[in-house]
Amino acid sequence: MQQEFPIVPPPETSSPPPTLIDVAGLSLFYGSHQALKDISLGISERLVTAFIGPSGCGKSTLLRCFNRMNDLIDNVRIEGRCQIGGEDIHAPEVDVIELRKRVGMVFQRSNPFPKSIYENVAYGLRLHGTRDRRVLDETVERSLRGAALWDEVKDRLHQSALGLSGGQQQRLCIARAIAIRPEIILMDEPASALDPIATMKIEELIVELKREFTIVIVTHNMQQASRISDRTAFFYLGELIEYDATPKIFTQPGKRQTEDYVTGRFG
Amino acid sequence: MNARFARRRTDWISLFFTGTTGLATVLIVAILALILGSILVNGAPHISWQLLSGDSAKDMFDVTKAGLLPLIIGTSERVLLMTVAVMPVGVITAIYLTEYAPSTSLVTRIIRSAVNNLAGVPSIVFGLFGLGFFIGFVGRELDSVLHGASADPVWGRPALLWSSLTLAVMTLPVVIVATEESLRAIPPGLREASLALGATKLETVFRIVLPNALPGIMTGGILAIGRAAGEVAPILFTGATYYMSGTPKALTDPFMDLAYHTFVLSTQSPNIDMTRPLLFATVVILLALTFALNIVAVLIRGRMRKRLRALG
Repeated sequence: MQQEFPIVPPPETSSPPPTLIDVAGLSLFYGSHQALKDISLGISERLVTAFIGPSGCGKSTLLRCFNRMNDLIDNVRIEGRCQIGGEDIHAPEVDVIELRKRVGMVFQRSNPFPKSIYENVAYGLRLHGTRDRRVLDETVERSLRGAALWDEVKDRLHQSALGLSGGQQQRLCIARAIAIRPEIILMDEPASALDPIATMKIEELIVELKREFTIVIVTHNMQQASRISDRTAFFYLGELIEYDATPKIFTQPGKRQTEDYVTGRFG
Repeated sequence: MNARFARRRTDWISLFFTGTTGLATVLIVAILALILGSILVNGAPHISWQLLSGDSAKDMFDVTKAGLLPLIIGTSERVLLMTVAVMPVGVITAIYLTEYAPSTSLVTRIIRSAVNNLAGVPSIVFGLFGLGFFIGFVGRELDSVLHGASADPVWGRPALLWSSLTLAVMTLPVVIVATEESLRAIPPGLREASLALGATKLETVFRIVLPNALPGIMTGGILAIGRAAGEVAPILFTGATYYMSGTPKALTDPFMDLAYHTFVLSTQSPNIDMTRPLLFATVVILLALTFALNIVAVLIRGRMRKRLRALG
């Protein structure tokens, strides 16, 4: 393909970060409909990996494999392998509770519990047996700081979380997810329902969180993917079309379909 | 003059429908007002302290001598016992149906249609079921196990317990349907959020789903109480008695009941003119009691809603 403007070189990859999530030959069926077709990719530690593609391409489905949220749907069949930290997460001896403690999730529509701000963040801790008030207080504060929400809510921790704005609610959901110290945070279009300012805050937060967590984000917003992600995977009709460093995907994609999608010619 | 927006003809069809719906509403309100009005006008003047607090006298057809306290207590007891029995069973069934049962499976569909059919069974059939199942089977078996076959029946006779359980069976569908609806109204996103944080299904149900569904579950209870309080047929053979002295001492005793007593007063009196004021007064008290039970439940639900909204 021809480029008339200077090509941004891909970032230095002298020592690639170790792979944390390793997917090999993964196929997923809803009944007889195949939603994912023979997907193989590796997701590196402490990077932001973006999944892009048109609606129904399977990117959310793949994301939901990583914490086995697809278990909740009837008639789902999975073939192939998905390892996290070298462990096959679909193996029969895997405790899905432990898996979800290690792999947190932030959803498209912010879904704070109808509880106080404090209790929202403390929910996971209480679930997993933390009773000590001091530990709870500290963790709640650290998590809210980590989600860049502390200063806005520190005076009303015991008021309902439902009184927060949409962007604040979504950051609260991030605080709730990081409170139980997962290794991986899955984000399913976390900013798609937010205004531009709230979106910007979430994006800044994601870049910040990358220092401690491995982040996989599904997004419809291509500018967002190019702004915040290190690697981008492009999906189309259940297939992984292309997976590479983000600048490469957006400036010199290897496949025609990727180019058509990122330049807005379809999708 | 520009007549583009001028009305060309009277819209008779709209007028007709506005009129019909209005008339129907007026009719409903009028019927209700007529019933309540005639009951209150004829009954309220005869309500006395003696009537409310007196024991059931031998002269049960005379308004100046009769006392209804045992009946008020009897009706309250059967409604409260029924609530205690029906709520756990109904709520647990609804939790199973909405949270656990695979929604498309044959078993789930059979349970659902069984619940719906139960709601359509005439109440007299429940009365006969109570007689046959609770008294004839459960009670008699208990007697033969606990007291030997020859002794006088203790469990195997009409009793407060059996009436309450019969009413509970009758109101079960109301509770199940109302609870199911309130559980389904909880956004799936909340369940997902809880599960994604590593909660088990049971933890999610108890910490997230049930607390938020509580007001809706209470609505089911209120509907059940409203339905059960005025029913006569289910208690006719299972526990209500024509006359007894005082209130039941045990769950296995029969009881006197306001609704059943209304039937007794209107069909068994030797002197209808003498009994009529008592009949109206009894109905007033029955209505007031039903209303009071509902008010209490509504108030509790209101407090729950407020607490849910404010949150500590």
